[in-house]
Amino acid sequence: MNKNIFRGDLVRFTAEDPEVMGKTFSKWDRDSGFKRLLDDAPPMMWSSEKSKEWFEKDLEKEQNHSFFFMVRELEEDKLIGFVDLWVSWSQGDAWVGIGLGERDYWGNGYGTDAMRLMLRYAFTELNLHRVTLGVFEYNTRAQQSYKKAGFTLEGRLRSELLRQGKRWDILIMGILREEWLETNRQLLEN
Amino acid sequence: MDESMKVNIQDFERPLFVGKLICLAPIDREKDAEIESKWTHDASYQRMLDTEPARPLSPAQVKKKYAAIEKEMEEEKNRYYFTIRTLEEDRLVGFTRIAWISWSHGYGAIQIGVGDPNDRRKGYGQEALKLLLRFAFQEVNLHRINAQVPEYNRAAMNMFKKAGFVEDVRRREALNREGKRWDMIHLGLLRDEWESNLIP
Repeated sequence: MNKNIFRGDLVRFTAEDPEVMGKTFSKWDRDSGFKRLLDDAPPMMWSSEKSKEWFEKDLEKEQNHSFFFMVRELEEDKLIGFVDLWVSWSQGDAWVGIGLGERDYWGNGYGTDAMRLMLRYAFTELNLHRVTLGVFEYNTRAQQSYKKAGFTLEGRLRSELLRQGKRWDILIMGILREEWLETNRQLLEN
Repeated sequence: MDESMKVNIQDFERPLFVGKLICLAPIDREKDAEIESKWTHDASYQRMLDTEPARPLSPAQVKKKYAAIEKEMEEEKNRYYFTIRTLEEDRLVGFTRIAWISWSHGYGAIQIGVGDPNDRRKGYGQEALKLLLRFAFQEVNLHRINAQVPEYNRAAMNMFKKAGFVEDVRRREALNREGKRWDMIHLGLLRDEWESNLIP
């Protein structure tokens, strides 16, 4: 029970002040490639002040359904991304979203490590029954990462996206509590 | 001029909102709230529709919900909400909506509810779905329609499949109702699939 559940092998979860998050997200907004992996809405760019306002509003609300963490890599303690989990308490299900705004950290296991931390949090702290995510067909890097973290493909929303003049599916992936336990029991026993 | 380019004005006169048994109509905030409040006192109605815990709503709460729906329609411009009424008596039997519309990708999510158990299995929902699909594909010009149905809602599954919907995703054990785990099924219908099923 003394293990720090907010610390993985490569990254840790933090809570940051609105000022810091505002600046960070405003910077990441300028990377359209990043935004097109993250969201299906046409990318918008916001000032750091506007982003900061949203995070300030979050301070006023009780965050009962949303669990939002910033992600710092451990070596230099640099802010590289975020993870967000939206929970349906009555059903024990949650949707997870993850983004690494710093491209230098793509493809090196940082995202997978952050996702593993979030799953551990979802299953051992929130005691959920399952976690769901959606990933775009063209985002194969993320698909591999999610598979490594333990997710199973549950189907495809065919032809949901229109980008670069082409139609793409959204893949829906899920992981059940017992599936997670099968491979992560040692985390609980230590 | 190419024959196929000729505009037939009668195509535009064909009513979008009127079927044989029912029609789609706006909300009547005062009268509908009384009726919908009654529906919510039978939990089965809400449990067939979504994953939120069912709770009875007073007419005042329903009225507030209607105001919020119309405010969202006005401000977000990404949803269409209709009541379903019988043609004979103009009596409220349910609602239907397209929400979460993405204009850039051309998708939206539909939902249909028939409130009173005595009004179910009469073809009202099926006809409302038919009207709504025509509205979605020929008026809103969407490319894809989504619908989420809990595994235990057999009637809805049959209705959507009959209309040509395909089971795209099965989110395993995503629901917990009556002490049991159930799948959430994501259905989809593409424009060309709908067009190929269309009886002129």
